[in-house]
Amino acid sequence: MTDAYIFDHVRTPRGKGKPSGALHSTTSIALAKQVLNALAMRNQLNTSLVDDVVMGNVSPIGEQGANIARIAALAAGFDQQVAGVQVNRFCASGLEACNMGAAQLMSGQSQLVVAGGVESMSRVPMGSDGGAWAIDPAVASALNFVPQGIGADVIASLFGYSREDVDRYAVESHVRASNAWQQSYFAKSVIPVTDLNGVPVLTQDELIRNPCRLADLSSLAPAFAEQGRLGGFDELARHKYPILREINHVHHAGNSSGIADGAAAVLMGSLAAGQQAGLTPRARIRGFAVVGSEPTIMLTGPSFAAEKALKNAGMVVGDIDRWELNEAFASVVLRFMDVLSIDHSIINVNGGAIAMGHPLGATGAMILGTVLDELERKDLSTGLATLCVGAGMGIATIIERV
Amino acid sequence: MTKHIELTVDSDGIATLLMATADSEVNVLSEAFSIEITACFDRVINDDAIRGAVLASNKSTFIAGGDLDLLQSLDFDAGLPYAYEALGVVTRKLRELETCGKPVIAAIAGSALGGGFEIALACHMRICQNNSALRIGLPEVTLGLLPGGGGTQRLPRLVGLKAGLDYMLSGKLVGVDRALKDGLINEVTDSDVLTLAKSRIRDGQCPIQQPWDERPTSVQSPWAPQGTQHFLIGNALTRAKTKGNTLAEDAILSCVYEGMLVPLEQGTEIELRYFVKILRSRTTLNQIRSVFDLPHRVKRFTAEKSRQAKQEIKKIGVLGAGLMGAGIASVCARSGLSVVMLDKDGDAVQRGLDRIESRLRRDEEKGRLNEGKATLILANIQATSDFTVLQECDFIIEAVFENKDVKARVTQSVEQANQGRAILGSNTSTIPITQLAEAAQYKDKFIGVHFFSPVERMDLVEVIMGKHTSEDTLNATLKFIKAINKLPIVVNDSRGFYTSRTYSTFPSEGLFMLREGVHPNLIENAAIQAGMPVGPLTIADEVGIDIGAHVIKQFQKEDGDAFNFTQAHEVSLAMYDEGRFGRKVGKGFFDYREDGSKELWPELAKRYPVADTQPDFEELKERFLTIQAIEAIRCLEENVVTTADAADVGALLGWSYPKYTGGPMSYVDTVGVEEFLIRCENFERLYGDRYAPPGLLVSKAKASSTFCQWLKPQ
Repeated sequence: MTDAYIFDHVRTPRGKGKPSGALHSTTSIALAKQVLNALAMRNQLNTSLVDDVVMGNVSPIGEQGANIARIAALAAGFDQQVAGVQVNRFCASGLEACNMGAAQLMSGQSQLVVAGGVESMSRVPMGSDGGAWAIDPAVASALNFVPQGIGADVIASLFGYSREDVDRYAVESHVRASNAWQQSYFAKSVIPVTDLNGVPVLTQDELIRNPCRLADLSSLAPAFAEQGRLGGFDELARHKYPILREINHVHHAGNSSGIADGAAAVLMGSLAAGQQAGLTPRARIRGFAVVGSEPTIMLTGPSFAAEKALKNAGMVVGDIDRWELNEAFASVVLRFMDVLSIDHSIINVNGGAIAMGHPLGATGAMILGTVLDELERKDLSTGLATLCVGAGMGIATIIERV
Repeated sequence: MTKHIELTVDSDGIATLLMATADSEVNVLSEAFSIEITACFDRVINDDAIRGAVLASNKSTFIAGGDLDLLQSLDFDAGLPYAYEALGVVTRKLRELETCGKPVIAAIAGSALGGGFEIALACHMRICQNNSALRIGLPEVTLGLLPGGGGTQRLPRLVGLKAGLDYMLSGKLVGVDRALKDGLINEVTDSDVLTLAKSRIRDGQCPIQQPWDERPTSVQSPWAPQGTQHFLIGNALTRAKTKGNTLAEDAILSCVYEGMLVPLEQGTEIELRYFVKILRSRTTLNQIRSVFDLPHRVKRFTAEKSRQAKQEIKKIGVLGAGLMGAGIASVCARSGLSVVMLDKDGDAVQRGLDRIESRLRRDEEKGRLNEGKATLILANIQATSDFTVLQECDFIIEAVFENKDVKARVTQSVEQANQGRAILGSNTSTIPITQLAEAAQYKDKFIGVHFFSPVERMDLVEVIMGKHTSEDTLNATLKFIKAINKLPIVVNDSRGFYTSRTYSTFPSEGLFMLREGVHPNLIENAAIQAGMPVGPLTIADEVGIDIGAHVIKQFQKEDGDAFNFTQAHEVSLAMYDEGRFGRKVGKGFFDYREDGSKELWPELAKRYPVADTQPDFEELKERFLTIQAIEAIRCLEENVVTTADAADVGALLGWSYPKYTGGPMSYVDTVGVEEFLIRCENFERLYGDRYAPPGLLVSKAKASSTFCQWLKPQ
């Protein structure tokens, strides 16, 4: 089997995913194009050597529809020989794109790929693509569909995470992200988003609260309580988890991932292809995995995915120096740390989506880059990036610096 | 052959299809009726001399609905495609009718429900007589069915997703005003509806196309932004309500969701597929049994017995103006009977009257009673503390304090005043009737009439025959119960009779589970998801743990060493000893907060530690339904109840044993008698001898027989 290597990665700053956000006037194709261009430019990439552009996107309709990966590659001026495919594994799409790219390389069927993702949640709102899952009575009912936020609250209820626990975690995410920006930890990978004349539109993540105090968060009303009680979802969650009498609704906008706009791209290839293109490998893909988990609670997949990826790589939890788990909701991370006995000091060390936002299709590629940068900064070796995924899934990718 | 429809054509070429099933009070969509109406529609479609048609009825209802016996006895052995074909005949003809280019009006003078309203929906206009008794709606869901004659397709196309789903998922029936406002009908008239309908056609005021054919874009898509909301929330709320125990609600949602995305013809085929699917399900047959067949059989039985009654039932006496007494008096007065209500002093009597009045006024405000009705009802009640008024009563019910001596004194006073003219019914829930009758001189006229609380809402009366109660007394009692529109079951004397005895196994099983180390939340949720209205720990708190403890102590005293003191009793007494009497004192299995919320008593986990391994949740659900069914079988075996139907009616109406089971006996048949026996043997091994299979169960299983009568072989 061929080894897959990461040569470089870039991401946009994450804009607030609302009409008031800085990136709302930038199209999704422009976001995708800019990360592809940046990657090609700074690596002086002969794009005709690239086999495929694999990009995650979760709401592929409207301006994000019709295979945004291929269109973005063409728009970015990549050679027409470069194919493109859009993939959707919900919140994990960006990392899924990287894994699929890696799989092409490892199987020897491609030599150089660009993987990543894009999502403009301000322009194409989450859920715009519909789907049978929640709406078609023939499946929604049988599958006990409940919205993700209720699943996160079920995790908190089942495993006893209080409102204060999740709020404290959220504060720490903001504090760490602020610190990382102040210390320029993200500097080498974040590219400014510019307008058509090259004038910067956004240069920094827009959602971080600085300062962020516990008191700021504790005043926020729970986001899913009403939906849970009046919409019947608490009852449905109880059908699945009858050990619960009530669902403790602890999550709100301040301790859940922010809705965001953004894009990311990772340049990957075989060692030989890298040499040919004059690229220096920064890390090797050690292993990856996806897994299905219980869909009503929906968000407990990461620990299972991590374990599976570790097994694939012949590694154990203790072999990992730094962890990145997408902060979809605070309880997801708290549960993950408990299950795998991971100390908070080695996971999400520069904050996460609670502070910086979660542009659905792109985040996975972003956190893979984040953990690589952090390993380099601290001169450590191994990192694992993982995300919880809608409909009960998990994904994990392990890298090792070279 | 019975004639169902009279088709006449007037000189203007307007056909009247008068639905007039001969020798019947109602028009029902029987097989013969369907064939005839289909032929009439054909004539309207094809006869060039006919330029439009009015559909009317000469009965007090338009069409009373589908033929439930027919639906229950459908034979699917001929193959499902054949069933699609056969069941869809009328529906397909209706589609031809509504697209034939001739105006068709439903002239609705009486209630149009279910299949009847579905036919009206296929007409181009629905005009209703202004009649306050007239009801419109699609109540199929309450019987576990869906509107299978195009209703799931036409109603949402006519009134939109929200209203359409609401009508079909709730099964609600509305009067003409509401129906007009919601768009179910086009017009209400005070003049003759048939005449008006004809003139609308003659004057060209009836469209010849349905709105969904004229403007296909007017159909609201489930994928329009508002549509997704209706389904997102509708799916969840429906499932939260049904807990997956019934099928019709989900099927209705699916028919609408899938049907609105395709042309109407395909929509009705989709509807047919779901209709056949639920008709094939045992759950549906059980729901029909619970909601329609059993009440019908009870009414028939009651009517038959009433006819044999010699006693007149005009004036009723009620002793005791407490919760039960006042409730009984109120129900009698509502039915137009003259009532005297007695209590020991004026104050007690007044409190009872106040209670009745406030409830009646509330019903009036909420529109459950017509304006001014409350005053008329109250006028039927004479409240007093003077026993001599009982002299003229035909039926006297005592609802005094549940104590044998108190009841004995009251019995003697009544007989003194009435001299055995009246039947004397005791509303006891626990004391054997034969014992109470000891105080009576006219023992043959003494009977148990166990009402349920709240009397105004609970339909069941458990009639208890004492050792000396005569058949005449029973007949008169049933006549009385018929007069107040309640449904009786007749049982023989036994401790707790049938209902209390059988129901008590339910909370008791919860206590056994607690003792076994099952998590209290699992216990409560298992009961609720099995379909019981409240969990066992909650009900124990509501009823009062002290009440239960007193009963246990009483039984211990009465039975001595023979009393079977169980672990459930032990839990009750332990809670009692700690003063945790339940909700009324703010503490029982739960702690009750000032704001009305509650949480599990934190100490409970110390008294009854939660086991490391928790049992299978489905098994907990089964245990709750099973333990009650076993007790019901024992009651049948001991002749406490005499029929499986009575056992099921008592359970369904007395304590809301889930309707989807058809009652505990039907539940056994549903599980399969042999399978149920195996389950009991297994549970007996695991959980104790209360699960020991009764002999009757064993013999039924051996004979491969069932407890209930079914229209189709099981």
